[in-house]
Amino acid sequence: MIQHDSSPSRKDIRKKKQANRVASQASTRIGTMLIKIVLLGLVDALSAYSAFMLAEQGNWIILSIVVATTIVVNWIYFRRDGLVAKYLTPGLIFLLIFQLFAICYSTYIAFTDYGTGHNSTKEQAISSLIQSSQRRVQGSASYKISIVECGKTLNFLVTMPHGEAQIGSEKTPLHEVASATKDDAGQAVSTPGCSTLSFNDLLSRQDEVTSMRVPMSADSQDGTLKTADGQTALVYKSLLKYDAAKDIMINTQTRVRYYDTGVGAFTSKGGSRLSPGWQINVGISNFRQVFTSQEMRGPFLQVLVWTIEFSVISVASTFVLGLLLALVFNNSRMKGRAVYRSILILPYAFPAFLSALVWQGLLNEKFGYINQVLLHGVDIPWLESPALAKIAVLIVNLWLGFPYMFLVSMGALQSIPKDLSEAAELDGANAWQIFRLIKFPLLLVSIAPLLISSFAMNFNNFNLIYMLTNGGPINANTNMNVGSTDILISMVYKIAFVGADRNYGLASAFSIIIFIVVAVVSAIGFRASRSLEELN
Amino acid sequence: MRNTIVERSAQRITESGSNSAESKTQKSSPRFFQFARWFRRTGWRHCVAVVACCFAGFPILYILSASLNQQGTLMSANNLFSHVAIDNYIQLFHLPEQPYGDWYINTIVIGLSTAISSVVVGALAAYAFSRLRFAGRRVGLLALILLQMFPQILSIVAIYLLLTNIGYIVPALGIDSQLALICVYLGGALGTNTYLMYGFFNTVPKEIDEAAKIDGAGHARIFFTIILPLVTPILAVIALLSFIGTVSEYAVASTVLVAPQKQTLAVGLYAFVSQQFSQNWGLFSAGAVLAAVPVVIFFLFLQRYIVSGLTAGSVK
Repeated sequence: MIQHDSSPSRKDIRKKKQANRVASQASTRIGTMLIKIVLLGLVDALSAYSAFMLAEQGNWIILSIVVATTIVVNWIYFRRDGLVAKYLTPGLIFLLIFQLFAICYSTYIAFTDYGTGHNSTKEQAISSLIQSSQRRVQGSASYKISIVECGKTLNFLVTMPHGEAQIGSEKTPLHEVASATKDDAGQAVSTPGCSTLSFNDLLSRQDEVTSMRVPMSADSQDGTLKTADGQTALVYKSLLKYDAAKDIMINTQTRVRYYDTGVGAFTSKGGSRLSPGWQINVGISNFRQVFTSQEMRGPFLQVLVWTIEFSVISVASTFVLGLLLALVFNNSRMKGRAVYRSILILPYAFPAFLSALVWQGLLNEKFGYINQVLLHGVDIPWLESPALAKIAVLIVNLWLGFPYMFLVSMGALQSIPKDLSEAAELDGANAWQIFRLIKFPLLLVSIAPLLISSFAMNFNNFNLIYMLTNGGPINANTNMNVGSTDILISMVYKIAFVGADRNYGLASAFSIIIFIVVAVVSAIGFRASRSLEELN
Repeated sequence: MRNTIVERSAQRITESGSNSAESKTQKSSPRFFQFARWFRRTGWRHCVAVVACCFAGFPILYILSASLNQQGTLMSANNLFSHVAIDNYIQLFHLPEQPYGDWYINTIVIGLSTAISSVVVGALAAYAFSRLRFAGRRVGLLALILLQMFPQILSIVAIYLLLTNIGYIVPALGIDSQLALICVYLGGALGTNTYLMYGFFNTVPKEIDEAAKIDGAGHARIFFTIILPLVTPILAVIALLSFIGTVSEYAVASTVLVAPQKQTLAVGLYAFVSQQFSQNWGLFSAGAVLAAVPVVIFFLFLQRYIVSGLTAGSVK
């Protein structure tokens, strides 16, 4: 009996656990339970939908990932323990997909030639080459056709030379049709289950009909039928022929052979390439190009130097102005501080992309307020000359950034205990000495990390550059689309998304270089600021 | 010697005394000296402040004036407040090719959804890091700080290609979907906000939730009904900062949103004004003023919270 009391039996423990569970279940309200079930239901519905789509496409790897994730999420929220996971999962899912995976993915892209002309697999490139090189076969017969709509797809109802009728659409090649009604001239005009398009229908759906290509047979080398008027169709055959056994592309007209030489496109002996090609891994070639190729190294180094200059000067100038203003305002006897502060932080509150555009108007050479009114009608090329454009960018960034520095310096100054400066005053220190020897070092301890993150932020200050100068004025010395105020990130954007020739691989390589530079500078900065903290 | 000290301390007392006492003692001194003294003490501060306010406020005053000038070119905007008419604002909503009204609604919807979801997601994570002890907690926090240095704009190419591929599976989450854009922004939410919130959550004493636990409250109830109301200031700051950030974001939005009626103000207005810069100036100004108004009002309304939030966020 005594033994039983001192060490409770398993039965008792189980009972206690059960009681706890009942109690905790009673304490959770039905409302919260309902919200939980609804939210989880939404998640499950979405993943069930994507699972079906994936299954249809036969994408089994991603399908299994989606299913596994869904099961894990449900498990996390339906079990009783594992509190941490319950709180972290919502944010982590988005973080994993759109941040971590995106980082890994861009690293992968940096080692490929992904971009215009290289954005698919080899099979897709081959079929698109054959599709796009189709020409009318000289001297081939023309076919009498009728356009019929079966369900929702348009079909060609073709009367073959021997009189039999065949039917086919873009997806299904021509095949015999069981029964077709023919008109007096022997042309098949309708078939059961399909409605024939009238002349008026043809007119209204002209674009749809003329863009159709109906394959002659399952073999793509047999060519396709194409019509210009909806009544007769001509045979089109591909100029290019793919020889799967030898892995070569042959131009049937010129007899030129194109080989897969490992550069991601079919290349002839003479060096000409067929576009589109496909995506291949190119190793470190993107990085090598940045550092060694003549035409890229110059612009890259110039942009890198300017990016560093821009971020360092921006941080320094905004910090100095913000701190000065904070010192001026750090006086309890001054009246109207709240009003002044509200006006001073306006640049911080005004959406940044708008500010840059407004400044672009103010600084306009011919009509801008600064040249026309403030400087009485001079023509200073603020945004057109390389040197002045850099100065303009820095001034605008000072305008954009000083309110933030003002606010944080103000907060930091107010958090410095008053008795320190009072004690120094008693010891006979003057105002400058108090600032230089007491307030500034203390201030720096709390603000240094913010300066570092401000540096990292300015390093990627895409909006300002893109909206104010668009990177310009264009540097005439290079073939690249790079201007004198372009920073690295705006260059990345231009390489990847501006112009006809997009190079995702190179852009990603640049992103990685940016990341390394920012990481190194921040690491040095944080180490320095930590030693600063130890000093005090 | 002793006299001077007494004098000084007397002076100090009068200075720190109430205004009425100050004015009484100073009544006898001539007006000029009174001014000089005032100037030396606080007057020059006002001068500096006025100059700084001109620098800060002028561009905003200018754009306001330009928006009210119905002549509408960059040149005519130089005569500040020579015309005051709301023609530009009316015309803005009747442009044939630019659906300004749609852009406005899109921006508000995307901005608010991103702001609210970021706050929810960030608060959940910050609570876990602040209140729960688990393996990998410190590493997790460090990883978040590290991630902060890799802003999403750097992986913009990958995001574009990722969304293109997602679009083949779930078209509603592909390129040109606003929902997809919100999801992308949410991906960056944890990295930017958690650390700021974590610091603020730590300032709420643990005894409060321990007491609640003893009274039988579950973790969900502690979080939603006890902790969240106590950290409202930081929630407001995060919501506001993420709203402003979303409204201003151009690069990702411009790659994801393609159709004009789906775009945000940043994408649409930039395309609009860069077409014919000086001719469209009046319309652009009106659009800019309307776009900035809600943001600036929120900002000024919450500025006290923002100041405390920014300084609390400094990594120590």
